[in-house]
Formats: sequence, structure tokens, C-alpha cells
Amino acid sequence: MTAETYLKPVPEPTHESKPYWDGLRNGRLLLQKCGQCGKIRHYPRPICDVCYSFEVNWTEASGRATVHSWTITHHAFNPGFKLDLPYILVTIDLDEGVRMQVPLRGARETDVKLGLPVRIIFEQVKPDLVTPACVTAS
Amino acid sequence: MSLKEKAAITGVGETEYTRMSGKSILALQLEASLNAIADAGLSPKEIDGIIPYSNSPVVAEDFVTNFGISDLRFSATAPLGGASCVAAIQCALLAISGGVCSNVLIPIGRNGSSAGRIGTRVQQMPQFKVVGEHEMPVGAIAPAQLYAPMARRHMELFGTTSSQLGEIAVSTRHNAILNGYGMMTKPLTLEDHQTSRMISDPLRLYDCSLESDGGAAIVVSGADRANDLRKPPVYVMGVAEGHPDSPSVITQRPDMTRLGIAKAAPKAFAMASVSPGDIDVAEIYDCFTYIVLCQLEDLGFCRKGEGGPFVASGAIRLGGKLPINTHGGLLSQAHMVGMNHIVELVRQLRGEAGKAQVRGAEIGLVTGYGDMGDGSVAIMRRG
Repeated sequence: MTAETYLKPVPEPTHESKPYWDGLRNGRLLLQKCGQCGKIRHYPRPICDVCYSFEVNWTEASGRATVHSWTITHHAFNPGFKLDLPYILVTIDLDEGVRMQVPLRGARETDVKLGLPVRIIFEQVKPDLVTPACVTAS
Repeated sequence: MSLKEKAAITGVGETEYTRMSGKSILALQLEASLNAIADAGLSPKEIDGIIPYSNSPVVAEDFVTNFGISDLRFSATAPLGGASCVAAIQCALLAISGGVCSNVLIPIGRNGSSAGRIGTRVQQMPQFKVVGEHEMPVGAIAPAQLYAPMARRHMELFGTTSSQLGEIAVSTRHNAILNGYGMMTKPLTLEDHQTSRMISDPLRLYDCSLESDGGAAIVVSGADRANDLRKPPVYVMGVAEGHPDSPSVITQRPDMTRLGIAKAAPKAFAMASVSPGDIDVAEIYDCFTYIVLCQLEDLGFCRKGEGGPFVASGAIRLGGKLPINTHGGLLSQAHMVGMNHIVELVRQLRGEAGKAQVRGAEIGLVTGYGDMGDGSVAIMRRG
């Protein structure tokens, strides 16, 4: 798909989230770890809500997670998702203690359940954009 | 100082609810506001406080200009999405009880049907910037998709079923037809609900609210003068707003089955000195059926996890233990961001609710819900 025909919303990385998106482009899931107290937080934001430190050490996540909840979308709210229908979106608990919402690929609707183990994969959707997704982990 | 009964709702007004108004958003808001002000028996020039809807292009200055208000003493916004209208009542009570102003107009109006789909609008709202960066690019675009995982988790943890959600849609439609002012005029059966197309599982078409054009407004006046106005005052006994943990992103919320209203409800009930069992009628914000069910639990009308059996028992129907959404709600009357819920509660407590009137209704409750989980609740009584 060329940049001209890419209809899905594209992220506009912020000062805080740029390392996260850069990490995805390199096939790495990076999370913010507070430089002072060590708490891991997501999605990226300026300060730690425990100690209020602005210091961040980016840490690479294992990519292992379990399903916390899900939805199966049958309606394209954006024309860019028409060809994907129906698609499964899972809310996942990463082993590192934070959550993400990502598409679950290669699974049947009936496979999805609370606690299902998954692992993160990286999808190159545009020349300059990699978005996270996941597949069932054995 | 408590805000209890420091003010009353003295006027309510609406426009026609349609799919295509052919009017500007400002004209819709002015029309609804004039109706509410006339209902109160006030002159538009007596409005000295205005709380416009923050997700709207209309500002307080538009009312000053169009009504010729010479001394507007108070304006503010309560930016809680669908919880804004009820949260604005708290704001009005603070301003009135502080002696800042006497008659606060809370207007809303939108071309929610004809001027663009909800899924498109959400992306442009600054309060959704985190979701916009991280979840919309992977396909979670619209409220139905963002809220569906809350419903799914509730179903998995507590055994809640789609049919139980359907009961909310069916009973609300029944009320809309009785009320006679709704956009939806044909009866809805549980089978219709169960066979309606899936939007974002578990939410089907009839779990989702309407998109509507129209306007609605209320006037809040100080208790000291509310008695002298045209209609019997409806006193605000208790009011509160509540913001959920992780307010901007549902994904990161520690307990996905608890909304902001869970924090507001105990405060509002305490202020009003009543308990859930004292409520005769409730208008519960219903952007989606599941959101109604979850609020009923968070408000304490039943225990967490028991919302499904509670609604399936018939409790929420007219004649039931807790009749709700007697006007048809956002699901079947119109999506007026919950202002129509406030209008209906006032009419119920005045005894003006027509065929959907709850007999002997003296104390009622109205809620708002919006922006990923913000909540607001007001408890009112007939004066």
C-alpha cells in the first residue's frame, strides 16, 4: 500500500512517545521506566505518577501478554479498516504490568478468552510506520 | 456548606428531534433555550449565568448577543463529554449558592446526525489524544469499539448476556413510543435486538444510541426565587461528578467494570440524604445499553455484577422497581448528550410526563456519562 492510499489514522508521536514509535520501527517494544523509582508506565507520558520524576529509562518488554478483554469489530468506522473486517482487538496485560490495545492476528473469534496467552508482533503498515499487533502464544 | 437544595431546575425546553434539522447549531440552542426560559416564566434578559457545552461551537457570548443580556455574571464549561450536562448543574449550584448569579442557562444543541458521524468527530477531540495516538491507528476508532471491551469483560466475569443488554433497548423503545417525542416510533422486540447486526462485539446495532439533530436546555435558579416562577420548582437535592482511574484511556483502567459515577454516587446520595431505594424514577445516560447496566451497579441499585439479572427482572420498566429512561433516552428518543434526560426527569417530577408518567414520582435521579468514563449524577425532588 502506498502512502497516498493509506486511509487508517496515523499516530502523531509526541516528544515523550517518539522513542516508543522508533522502537517499534526497529522491531522492539519499548516501555517507559521511571528513572527514579523504576515504575513502568504506558502509554508514554511526561512524568511518573508515583514520584513525579521526569527521568525515563526506556526498557524493552518481553512481548509476552495475556488477554484482559476484547472486541470483534464488524463495522468500519474508518474506510481504511473495511478490508480488515471483521477484526479482533484485544486489550492485553503485558508481563511488565501495563496494558495495550492491539489487533489479534491469525486467531478464530472462538479462540479468544480471558487470560489467553499472546505475544507481540510488529506490522510494517507504511514505509515509515510500524504498529503493534499480537498473535496467540503457544 | 452543602449545595443541597440551594437551587432548583425552573425551566426545561427542547426543539424537535430529527435526522436533519436544516438549522444551525446556534439556532437550535437558541430555540431550545427560549423554550426553557419561557417554561420558567423568565425573560431571556434575566439569564445571568451560562454554561455552554464544551464540545460545541456555541459560546456564552452568542447568548449575550442574541438575547441582549446586559450583565452576564458567570460563564464556565464542564468538559465531561456526555457527563457535561449533569456536571453543569453542579457548576450552576456552586455559582448560585456563592451569590455570583441567579438564573443559569445550560443549553445544548447539535447536528449530530446531519453534520458528520460520531466516529469521525471523536478523532478531532483533544481529550482523546492518547487514544488517538495509540488505539485509533490499530483500529479502535469509535466509542462503540472503545467501550465494547468493558462490556465484554463484564460478561466474562459476571455472566452478563446480550439478551440482558437487549432488555434495556427494548424497554427504552417502549418508553419512547409512550412518550411520543422520540425519533424512533416502531416497537422493538428482543428478537429484533438479537438479530440486529453486530457493530463491535458484544455491541449490536440496537445497543447503540441514535445520532440526532436538535437542541435542549434547562434553567437553574436560586431556591430563594424558584418558588415565584411559572412552574413548580424541582429542587436539586444532591449532585456530584466523578472521574474514573485512567480517565483518558479505558485500556489502562485498573477495574474496567467501574465507571467514574461510582465515585460520584455516594457523594450525591449523601448530600441528598437519600438512598437508592428512595428513587422513584431514574434517567440513566444510555449511549450504549451496557453503560446503563454498569451505571445501575455503580449507583448502588444492585450489586456489582448483578446488573444483568436486575434489568432482566423487569425492574427498569414502567411499573417496575426503578423505571428508567421514561422518555426513550439516547437509544430511542434522541442523542442530546443527556440534556433530554434532565428535561424528562423534571417533567416526571412535575407530573408532566404524559403516558410515560411514573405515578406519584417525588424523588428522581439523572446521570451523565462521557469521555471514556467520566460520570455525573443529580438527585432531585418535586417542590
